Amino acid sequence: MKVLVPMKRVVDPYVTIHVKKDGSGVETQNVKMSMNPFDEIAMEEAIRWKEKNTVQEIVAVSIGETQAQETLRHALALGADEALHIATDKSLQPLQIAKILQWVAQTHKPDIIIMGKQAIDDDCNQTGQMLAALLGWPQATFASHIEFIDAETVRVVREVDGGLETIKVSLPCVITTDLRLNEPRYPALPNIMKAKKKPLKVMALEETALELESKVQVTKVEPPAPRKAGKMLKDVSELMHALHNIEKVI
Amino acid sequence: MEKVLVIAEHHKGKLTPAFLATVTAACQIAQQCEVLVIADAVEHLASECAKLQNVTKVRVFSHACFSHMLAENIAQVVLSITKDYTHILAASTTFGKNFMPRVAATLDVSQLSDVVKIIDAHNFQRPIYAGNAFENICTHEEIKVLTVRATAFSAITQKETACEIEAIALQFSPSEQVIFEKEEAPELTRPELTSAKRIVSGGRGLGSAENFKLIEKIADTLHAAVGASRAAVDAGFVPNDFQVGQTGKIVAPDLYIAVGISGAIQHIAGMKDSKIIVAINKDPEAPIFQIADYGLVGDLFEILPQLEQAIGDLKV
Repeated sequence: MKVLVPMKRVVDPYVTIHVKKDGSGVETQNVKMSMNPFDEIAMEEAIRWKEKNTVQEIVAVSIGETQAQETLRHALALGADEALHIATDKSLQPLQIAKILQWVAQTHKPDIIIMGKQAIDDDCNQTGQMLAALLGWPQATFASHIEFIDAETVRVVREVDGGLETIKVSLPCVITTDLRLNEPRYPALPNIMKAKKKPLKVMALEETALELESKVQVTKVEPPAPRKAGKMLKDVSELMHALHNIEKVI
Repeated sequence: MEKVLVIAEHHKGKLTPAFLATVTAACQIAQQCEVLVIADAVEHLASECAKLQNVTKVRVFSHACFSHMLAENIAQVVLSITKDYTHILAASTTFGKNFMPRVAATLDVSQLSDVVKIIDAHNFQRPIYAGNAFENICTHEEIKVLTVRATAFSAITQKETACEIEAIALQFSPSEQVIFEKEEAPELTRPELTSAKRIVSGGRGLGSAENFKLIEKIADTLHAAVGASRAAVDAGFVPNDFQVGQTGKIVAPDLYIAVGISGAIQHIAGMKDSKIIVAINKDPEAPIFQIADYGLVGDLFEILPQLEQAIGDLKV
């Protein structure tokens, strides 16, 4: 079985972000970047499948600037067999990404696609669902447990607002990962060395010949309104006074 | 002329507060909207929707498969009527997040997720980077597919007279690619987290599931919901549907009391729109104090019993 793992390079989750003064976006130059945490979980899950011999081949794919190759090298060091970088400087929205991934899926013919439920920069939570729709495949979003029943079916436990939901999905399908699915590993040094020899194919987005017009534009990015400065209190009675008499919330 | 459709969300035969807030958002795009109810039994839900302010028509589709709301099946019904509308809205709950992008992609349009502000029929605002920035987006898609952050809008009210209810005629066959097996929904004895007026939340500082009961006791005296940070969930103190944060639930109650929570970006993204934030933490440097309206530095094991006592005294 072959698994495709799409991944995104994003600002590291522990970095405090700064909005550009001209309102054009968020500062990403000279900022620490890393693999989107939800994609790391997807990669880890794929590696575990391979370790159990459920899948034989893991293909990692990333779309974006040249530096996306660092993210793909990381995936190769973790255990991906090959990587595909689709190079573009354009900023793309989930629908366009989903169309590119649809193209990748049609050329690489994976049996299953696993990816993060959302990227921590645009917070969209759309690409996996859109990709499933475009391919006409079923989807299992927000997965916190995945179990192969046989070569044609997976059982997926999904995190939903009321608790958990278990569904049986036939392959091929798209799965998106929740944080609780697994604990991603770190790459071992010898594997980082080996990853340099693994195949990383680079192609220009134009080679896909896809029409990727967008009717959606970001007109302004701004920081959130600051909260008014808070007050430090001495004890519980001061707190009760504030909540009961001043704010009247108790 | 804008024509707006809202997809009704319901749980155990009741409309959810998130859906009621989404109707309010819809009515800011146009003065009125229509509602689509998909369920295994629609009558009761439809007549409730028909009595919502500014709702001019309720369209219903009923099928036994909708005792479970699978995205593949919902999308099929929604897509059968999208051509009648300029805007399709659903709450950005796990329900809405699951099927709306499927609808958008099939229509070949971009979706805007988690909209917090409606500027006009084409311009919307949404948070990015875990709520550390907001982007204004202008969309010229023929059909605008939006999910709405419910905490940013108030719930729509009811009116006396009911509007028209119409059944959708559709040749429908449930997907054979996905089969529902089971759900595990813990029994709720407290207010639901995303719609609660007061929330008491605990973090790693509680130290154990046993100690977390202190949080639950305070919550019960306040008739509040119980929340948790991701650290508390990961440590196994509480189940994960208690989690408040970017990857959990987004809340905005009148009062949010954070106990033993340091205030990681991840958590703050889920609660910083609360009206009054109280932080109780032994570390005066904890980032949570930067967004708290009231802060108390000290040992939570001394403070919590005092707080419980004080709230109890107030009620007498």
